[in-house]
Amino acid sequence: MNRTYELMFIVRPDMADEDLEKLIANLESTVTSAAGTVKTVERMGKRRLAYMVRKFREGVYILLTIEGAGTVIHEVERRLRVTEPVIKFLTVRIDEEQKRLDKIKKLRDAKKKVSAQPAVAAVVADEATAAPAAETPATA
Amino acid sequence: MTEETKAPASERPSGEGHRSDGPRSDAPRSDAPRSDGPRFGGDRPRFGGGGGGGRSGPGGPPREGGRKFFRRKKVCKFCTEKIADINYKDYRLLGQFVAESGKIVPRRLTGVCSPHQHRLATAIKQARNIALLPFAGRAS
Repeated sequence: MNRTYELMFIVRPDMADEDLEKLIANLESTVTSAAGTVKTVERMGKRRLAYMVRKFREGVYILLTIEGAGTVIHEVERRLRVTEPVIKFLTVRIDEEQKRLDKIKKLRDAKKKVSAQPAVAAVVADEATAAPAAETPATA
Repeated sequence: MTEETKAPASERPSGEGHRSDGPRSDAPRSDAPRSDGPRFGGDRPRFGGGGGGGRSGPGGPPREGGRKFFRRKKVCKFCTEKIADINYKDYRLLGQFVAESGKIVPRRLTGVCSPHQHRLATAIKQARNIALLPFAGRAS
């Protein structure tokens, strides 16, 4: 049962870059060892927090896209909880939403095609009416 | 109400001419269940909006003359602009629907349609959880 998840977490702002890279690499290996795959890693940079979290007013946001079963998330979240520099995290399942979006997109594309078609259909209809009209004098 | 809000979205290609007579068409529709329209006058606490973009959302111009109420019909921003996904990461968009106190603005003020308000509420709550939006008060 493969699902797609988005995992966003915040690490403390005073963390060194190499430590952050190490942390991300660690997480990736955790995911892969739990039979999941990391699709994308996005470092969204330092941002001011909307409220104070563990006495920090800013944090470094990181976004991972993970594919795998729920057990992968379970393990990763457990890791994040015990990882001290991580001050907050949020996991959101996105495959259902993506499915819905694809459906909407398909519908919209179909609508566009329908609006383009009537012009062609009209031409075909014209030819169809013109052809019998041309034939009738010949038979008569 | 949903029919009213959806209508402009489908009629969009027909041009702006149709919408200009929108406010006037409000008058004969007073038999609608929502007859408490005039309450929107001056005494109601104005929804400020974090980013200022919220202005376009809620109710129309202030009262004129004191007798007649011309209120521009509110339409769902997500329907008209065809915003398919309401994502928690898009905090600038979500901020337009959060009052200065941090509360989610009710859809009777913003004109968002029911399905979109549901998604919006979910997204705002997720954004609060990851410190993109404040739970209460202005973002610190």
